[in-house]
Amino acid sequence: MTSENSWYEAGARQRVAALLDPGSFAEFIGPEQREISPHLAIFDLPEQFDDGIIVGHGTLEGRRILVAAQEGRFMGGAFGEVHGAKLTGLLRAARTLGEPVLILFDTGGVRLQEANAGELAIAEIMRALVEARMAGVQVVGLIGGRAGCYGGGSLIAGCCSALIVSEQGRISVSGPEVIETNKGIEEFDSRDRALVWRTMGGKHRYLIGGADAFADDDVLAFREAALIVLAGNGRLDADVLEAEQQRLEHRLHRFGKAHDAIDIWTDIGVSEPTEIPGLATDEFLRRTTNKRETANGAR
Amino acid sequence: MELADILASLFPGGHEVAVTGNLISGSGIINAIKVHVIGIAGQSPLGCEGALILAGHVLEITRKGSAAPILVLIDSSSQRMSRRDELLGLSECLAHLAKTLLLAGAQGHRTIGLLYGGSAAGAFIATALATGTLVALPGAHPAVMDLPSMARVTKLPIEVLKAKAEKTPVFAPGLENLAQTGAIHAVWNPDQSLAEQFLALLAEQTGGDARDRLGEGRGGRPKAASIAQRVEKEASHA
Repeated sequence: MTSENSWYEAGARQRVAALLDPGSFAEFIGPEQREISPHLAIFDLPEQFDDGIIVGHGTLEGRRILVAAQEGRFMGGAFGEVHGAKLTGLLRAARTLGEPVLILFDTGGVRLQEANAGELAIAEIMRALVEARMAGVQVVGLIGGRAGCYGGGSLIAGCCSALIVSEQGRISVSGPEVIETNKGIEEFDSRDRALVWRTMGGKHRYLIGGADAFADDDVLAFREAALIVLAGNGRLDADVLEAEQQRLEHRLHRFGKAHDAIDIWTDIGVSEPTEIPGLATDEFLRRTTNKRETANGAR
Repeated sequence: MELADILASLFPGGHEVAVTGNLISGSGIINAIKVHVIGIAGQSPLGCEGALILAGHVLEITRKGSAAPILVLIDSSSQRMSRRDELLGLSECLAHLAKTLLLAGAQGHRTIGLLYGGSAAGAFIATALATGTLVALPGAHPAVMDLPSMARVTKLPIEVLKAKAEKTPVFAPGLENLAQTGAIHAVWNPDQSLAEQFLALLAEQTGGDARDRLGEGRGGRPKAASIAQRVEKEASHA
């Protein structure tokens, strides 16, 4: 399934370079400033000069844009103190400047070695994100990396004005291992990869309205999707939240008794639902157009 | 402190706060000020349904157009960990609840969290940490993850983790550790009137999100405030 331009295989810097206009990216607090985590040394763990996230600005088809990209290969892209503060600062700037933001998620959630700082960073990011959106700024999440978008990362994603996912983009609060460890293998068998993909993966999220655009696992496909999504509106207000309340209540009412994603896909009328996980993007979109649930801006 | 005692001390003139299936809702009056109350009781987990019920209460309050304060009482465990909740999009439901509280804050309601028991992970982020001001009572025991689970994930013996926790507030569970990072504005005194402490808090000015500066001042988060500020500055000069 991976191409030479695979989003899944790429690192954070490669994704940003391919997503934005060539050569347009400039980083804030780059690695040369060596702003490392002050806490990892307590655990004798190696630091990284960017603490696993790059933030900066660039252009997309000439339009100025702010961007953050998590590096899933460093500490699983997890949120620590410095990592989180870089994203908080970027979102506060977005509100002041009135410029849209792209967040390239690739995260397991809070970094346990600095759990308290990471958890609070998530809350600060959500507040800065929501305040930017209330000022009319669009904040778009792109999800398709190795580490997925788990834990607190998935709550930040839930605050974005729109989400773009690929098949590989898993979104979930509790990860498979966490559910299995706490509730037993009968509740969730984390080694059942097919179960993980169809419960948390990009196709399911797209079909229930948990994501707005579905992209091939390709950096240029993500760029195309971002351009389309950014043409929309991202403002958050009381009407949007009233609509989201109705949308989510409707979802629980309609699918609340489903045991498996296949039950939900059957319910919405997808033909041959068991074939969904194996379908290439074009065929997947063809079979599900006009059948999937859509958020329609209600997020 | 038990929930009944907390409500009695907050609302000496009586209240209409009820607990249904471990979810708290209602209102009371403190010194002629109407206060809306929502929350979680009984150290219960927060799943899709609970999150939407609480969010519905918040939206109903904001729809009325007043600027009455909203008090969020929290004694929960973590997000409900289940295959079904994740299948149905728990991340959206929890984020939605947080957004309703943040919107209420922006619309002029003071949102005040009172942590009186446990809370962890996604439930903590979607409720207590989404309020404008979070206070706690002694005995509250927030945790991102308990030490035995953390030992399993980090592959470190629990004795080693306990020794490290002596040196830093940054990872170990507990009220004092969270307070040092700036998450907890103040710890209330259970032997004094909670109504008076609530009114004193209402009288304090609030501005933007000051938790990073609080954590810097208390020594629990040495870098967050300055890093965020520097990014903001570089972005506006770029």
